[in-house]
Amino acid sequence: MLTNADFLALEGTAGNFTATINMRPRYIDADACTACGLCTQYCPKHHVDPYNEGLAITRPIHIDYAQAVPATYYIDPSSCLFLQHETCQICVPVCQSHAINFKQQPEERKLHVGAVILSPGFGKIAPETLAKFGYGKHPDVVTAFEFERMTTASGPFMGEVKCFSDGRHPKRIAFIQCVGSRDIGCNNGYCSSVCCMYAIKEALVCKEHDPEVDITIYYLDIRTQGKDFDAARERAEAIGVKFVRAKVADVTPWENRLQLTYATLDGQHKFEPFDLVVLSVGLESPKDAQKIADITKIDLNKYDFCDTNGFNPLQTSQKGIVVAGAFQGPKDIPESVTQSSAAASLTAASLKKVRGKGVELKIYPEEQVVAEDDEARIGVFVCHCGINISSVVDVAAVANYAGDMKNVTYYTENLYSCSQDAQEVIKKKIKEHKLNRVVIAACSPRTHEPLFQETLRDAGLNRNLFEMVNIRDQCSWVHAGEPELATIKSKDLVRMAVSKARHIQSLPEQTVPVTPKALIVGAGVAGMTAALNLADQGFESVLIEKGDSIGGNLKNLHHTLSGDEVQSHLKTLVTKVNGSKIIDVICNAELVQTAGFIGNFASVIASGKGQTKVEQTVDHGVIIVATGGREHRPDKYLLGKSKKVVTQQELEKQLAGKAKTRAPGSVVMIQCAGSRGDDLNYCSKVCCNHALKNILKIKEINPDSQIIVLYRDMRTYGFAEDAYLEARKMGVVFIPYEVDRKPEVTQKGAKVQVRFFDSIMQEEVVMNPDMVALSVGLVPDDTDTLSKLLKLPVTANKFFLEAHVKLRPVELSVSGVYVCGLAHGPKPVDETIVQAQAAAAKAAIPLVKGYVKVDPIVSCVEQDKCIGCGLCTSLCPYGAIVMQKVDGKRKAETVSASCKACGICAAHCPTFAISMGGFTNEQLISQIEAFGATGDR
Amino acid sequence: MGKAMKNREGAVMILGGGIAGIQAALDLTDLGFYVYLVEKSPAVGGVMAQLDKTFPTNDCSL
Repeated sequence: MLTNADFLALEGTAGNFTATINMRPRYIDADACTACGLCTQYCPKHHVDPYNEGLAITRPIHIDYAQAVPATYYIDPSSCLFLQHETCQICVPVCQSHAINFKQQPEERKLHVGAVILSPGFGKIAPETLAKFGYGKHPDVVTAFEFERMTTASGPFMGEVKCFSDGRHPKRIAFIQCVGSRDIGCNNGYCSSVCCMYAIKEALVCKEHDPEVDITIYYLDIRTQGKDFDAARERAEAIGVKFVRAKVADVTPWENRLQLTYATLDGQHKFEPFDLVVLSVGLESPKDAQKIADITKIDLNKYDFCDTNGFNPLQTSQKGIVVAGAFQGPKDIPESVTQSSAAASLTAASLKKVRGKGVELKIYPEEQVVAEDDEARIGVFVCHCGINISSVVDVAAVANYAGDMKNVTYYTENLYSCSQDAQEVIKKKIKEHKLNRVVIAACSPRTHEPLFQETLRDAGLNRNLFEMVNIRDQCSWVHAGEPELATIKSKDLVRMAVSKARHIQSLPEQTVPVTPKALIVGAGVAGMTAALNLADQGFESVLIEKGDSIGGNLKNLHHTLSGDEVQSHLKTLVTKVNGSKIIDVICNAELVQTAGFIGNFASVIASGKGQTKVEQTVDHGVIIVATGGREHRPDKYLLGKSKKVVTQQELEKQLAGKAKTRAPGSVVMIQCAGSRGDDLNYCSKVCCNHALKNILKIKEINPDSQIIVLYRDMRTYGFAEDAYLEARKMGVVFIPYEVDRKPEVTQKGAKVQVRFFDSIMQEEVVMNPDMVALSVGLVPDDTDTLSKLLKLPVTANKFFLEAHVKLRPVELSVSGVYVCGLAHGPKPVDETIVQAQAAAAKAAIPLVKGYVKVDPIVSCVEQDKCIGCGLCTSLCPYGAIVMQKVDGKRKAETVSASCKACGICAAHCPTFAISMGGFTNEQLISQIEAFGATGDR
Repeated sequence: MGKAMKNREGAVMILGGGIAGIQAALDLTDLGFYVYLVEKSPAVGGVMAQLDKTFPTNDCSL
């Protein structure tokens, strides 16, 4: 990890690059700094805090936020008195660990790398654009980034929303959407794709703080096209957030408030007073985009984002350099995370030959055997955490108290238990005093438990012979005003931990070997891409397809919005898949049964039809679910009843044909003719772009064609906005309709008639077009069967539910099972390809390692006590407990590799036959008893 | 991530330590590659570290 580093140069070619990096000095020795914060307290100079969007003041010597990584302070040279004027240096003697070093110089480093991933993020909209809305002129006009810091509980105002002009709490707040996006005036013609979501989020958070506050969001289209995003908009509406479709012209001061001037669709100009105006600013290409492009010689698009192709969305124009995140185009967190995994898999494939050569594995000493009846020899270490704990809690008293307890062989205090030298002391004391249990009273196990466990392991002790007490968060922080009580509570917690420690035992760290092969269900573009990527990384896969041939939905598509030919790309994909020696394609196949767990699945696959149907068993380590989806067929708008009514997919096919009359003279397109509450309760994400793609094609073939699009929100997010603008320039008419006033399609003789309310002219319109094209939406292909077979949860809309929406977007809750493509949610081809590559990255991780590590904190069934009721099996959300016949009796057994240690089974077992490693009943009861028994040490 | 060495075969440079860069770095190390995560500011985390809650579930972002 090289922070404070500038990228200066890149030489060489794919597989053999040399990058030059300039490391700017921090003026603080990272190894010595303990992040105690004393230096910031003593530093006399003020410094505007960019982390808080300039809303707060910090000091030149600071850390951005407490959880920052690396947890090392730094000095901003721009305002440090010593670095500017050679005075002050107060921080130097203040720092107890002598970490401050003003002699540090910039250091140039050469990195020899095989590949490069560009993820520089995004830039911010220029202040000139914001000035149009009064930003910079009036203090109560803020950007959404500033507002975010304002609503943050840990932010400069501790979550209090107030007006900067006079500190009053705003009663009325307006959000203005599309500031710096969809705005040709500032050369940002694209849609930033995230602002609608964050505006709704901030409105919801703000309403949580103050339910009385009146919030209005002024928008052009609400683009909540992501999976389950519309639901959040509905939630916002339900609690009273107002949405007004209007273009805001101006924000001007009015008495002590602000007046918003805006124009609605029907041409009216209106005024509205507000206390606070929040600008939903867009994402721009990163400030140094051009510099990065110059150094790496990659191509940028016209908006200075990285230029890529829809069929290979992360590959830059230079071999060996891929892109991920917002630099590829504005996008939200889940998509950035997905792209990152995909970029990792592309890079891993390109460097397959040198995999594992650059990393060395750590070797541990042999583990000391601690038998159950060995006398407990406990070491207690109580941490000062600089002054974080010791300024409130009497640390020496707590340590001495522990020293008097039974089985405590050694006790001491540490200034910083987490520092490098303290680790050495702990290791030394473990050996010196033959300690076989260690209790550390310090900060949170959430952040520091792994560090201390590693120290134990280095000293030859099992990781589990460790207990941590959080006397910082739970004592010195929350009881900062009551030092005596905080000390008593610290003693209580230490007593409980020591009590538990007497009963803790070593838990074996198991590893399970992995079958290096993947089973991929579904051979559409998602399944094929995943299989090819795994093959590029050197792994076999079995690709099963329920249809007669591979290709999936791509077979129905002909061109993309950016004009690329789909069929030729499909042909290339199919040839590659069929040509691969390590991809086994089975068509007309279905998954019948799967047993096992991550690394060791065995699946029965049935293939063939009727008489020739055969079953075979395949051993594999991972599963990728790519079962896809299809066009929804709504039973409305005369679809299937009139030849003049078609779906967008049918229209696309017609347009790709050879007939002279393939481009109709007049078309009415109806958007959301299935999605968003009609039949399907979600946005299908692709239909707006699909409609535009067909519109541009029609106009290309027949420029005179009259096209009217009836829509609810045009969701041409990202660079697709350009196509929307182009269509409008060509004279295509876009008319929004309200959900309670939907268009009607009726048969009038040989004609079809469309009747709708024109919200611009404010009148009812009747038309007789040559064709009605419906944007019908997407539905997942049968997910029920697979969901039952593999115990995979699905959403209310029958798409597979990922393990974590943002952080684990392609993993499912069952270990070793991954999802991509339409089975996960509606998405266009480029996003499907990226998701498939991401799924391949995640699936390759256990295959590369060759083994799966099993966390020792798993459930364990005492089979003597088990009565075989099966309650645990039915409750386990991860399919990690199975019923087995033992000597003819039904007994439960934990599948350690699948267990996530949630404890549901142990809590429900009627005979207490199940215990959790590290949290046995004996351990917990002794801990609870110690809580009440103050006298007994 | 192990110790820094002069010449590492199969090392990868990731430019930018926001959520995208961090995720790519984690996956690549899991896939057996040494990663240099190059970040211009003093800490990794990028913009996501500035966010309070995240859409649509309003989870904590840190």
